[in-house]
Amino acid sequence: MIDPKKLKLTGFKRPDGRFGVRNHVVILPVDDISNAAAEGVASLIKGTMALPHAYGRLQFGEDLELTFRTLSGTGRNPNVAACIVIGIEPVWTERIVKEIRKTGKPVEGFYIERTGDLMTIAKAARKAQEFVQYATQIQREAFPVSKLVMSTKCGESDTTTGLSSCPTVGRVFERLDKCGATMIFGETSELTGGEDIIQSRCVNSKVLAKFNYMFEDYTNLIKSQGVDLLGSQPTEGNIRGGLTTIEEKAMGNIQKIGRCKVQSALEPAVEPKGKGLHFMDSSSAAAEHITLCGAGGSVVHYFPTGQGNVIGNPIVPVIKLSGNPLTVRTMSEHIDVDVTGILKMTMNLDQAADHALKVLEQTINGRMTAAETLRHDEFSITKLYRSA
Amino acid sequence: MKHGVLLHESHDDVGVAVEDLKKGSTVGALTLEGKAAGKVKLLHNVPLGHKVALRDIAKDKPVIKYGRPVGKAVADIKRGAHVHTHNVKTLRWTV
Repeated sequence: MIDPKKLKLTGFKRPDGRFGVRNHVVILPVDDISNAAAEGVASLIKGTMALPHAYGRLQFGEDLELTFRTLSGTGRNPNVAACIVIGIEPVWTERIVKEIRKTGKPVEGFYIERTGDLMTIAKAARKAQEFVQYATQIQREAFPVSKLVMSTKCGESDTTTGLSSCPTVGRVFERLDKCGATMIFGETSELTGGEDIIQSRCVNSKVLAKFNYMFEDYTNLIKSQGVDLLGSQPTEGNIRGGLTTIEEKAMGNIQKIGRCKVQSALEPAVEPKGKGLHFMDSSSAAAEHITLCGAGGSVVHYFPTGQGNVIGNPIVPVIKLSGNPLTVRTMSEHIDVDVTGILKMTMNLDQAADHALKVLEQTINGRMTAAETLRHDEFSITKLYRSA
Repeated sequence: MKHGVLLHESHDDVGVAVEDLKKGSTVGALTLEGKAAGKVKLLHNVPLGHKVALRDIAKDKPVIKYGRPVGKAVADIKRGAHVHTHNVKTLRWTV
């Protein structure tokens, strides 16, 4: 069995002491109407990446706070070396710049009003060039597994994820937990039918109360719609793969956390404080979930899939595991960790965990995941309710 | 006998087909730990990943997988039958 402490991990040390495993220079739009300028900068300067998204205007209350937290958390993520923020006006732009600046990394805000797209692009591109040259001088250095922050979420699950790829992640997480790494999981609605297991893992009554509040809030939202979620949860893909009910899906999902305790229940896009496994209140939709984990500081993600969800993320490398022989055969370009041997009984879960840890080490050290090579850069902000 | 069905717990009501299973064939069942859990004759074709009943389950009874209820039977289910949305429904989020 591979001890994660023996892994040789290298990353980019950031001024706040955290380690990134990628070294991106990000051009972050504050709002949908600044996407064009952000993409303009990224098309001019090699080594930069724009993160266009659909929101950021006329949001209010908790929904607005979540968008701010998601955008600033993305800029703060240790996989980002430096960040350009472009918004339509200065106030909201500077709010995000200020949060990112707290990490000590280079960041600069630009505003389009009274400047126009073209001049904004010219000014931001000059700064972006400087940031790329700064970032490309940073060398990788060794870091201990105790400094690793990672996340997990499964997608297009079927009965094979519960038997193979999810418990493989569970075994890895048990080992990482012992080494003082930090892990994030979530998918609030998808714990339904297994919520008692999560409740029994909460380290204290405060964490339990917060988890219960978040879980009930989601359940009440679903009930308030007065609909049968069959087809959405489980999804049509889940059903095609043999999953029948939300309880069955939840039990498969929960295998990902192994026997780990839950150290805290986090609001979406909040960075965990302290080591071990943390629950983040989040949608089970893959792009939204991984975007929230990235904003929470996750630098690499394990994604077990049954039927073959092709998700990726622009800043967080997404490692796909599958134990479904049909999926691995027909969608091999998407799969990083093949655990089909579990169904054939030619591989046990500890051997599968060793395989997953080796791929984790390679990915952390710079090997691109399948999703990275296929340009799967899904960046999706979670919207809580209608804008004003 | 080559196993055709995998179970999470030895006393689960249903197991998962590890390949496409043909109606009329008899396959062995194993737990994930490799413990033998008998054999079953298929009453229907069951695709890879879909569930097979390992015992008769009466209508309205809970269906046990992972050693716990994951839904309830909405029809009488015979041993060897294909188990899915046509004969099992969630116990949650009912409207």
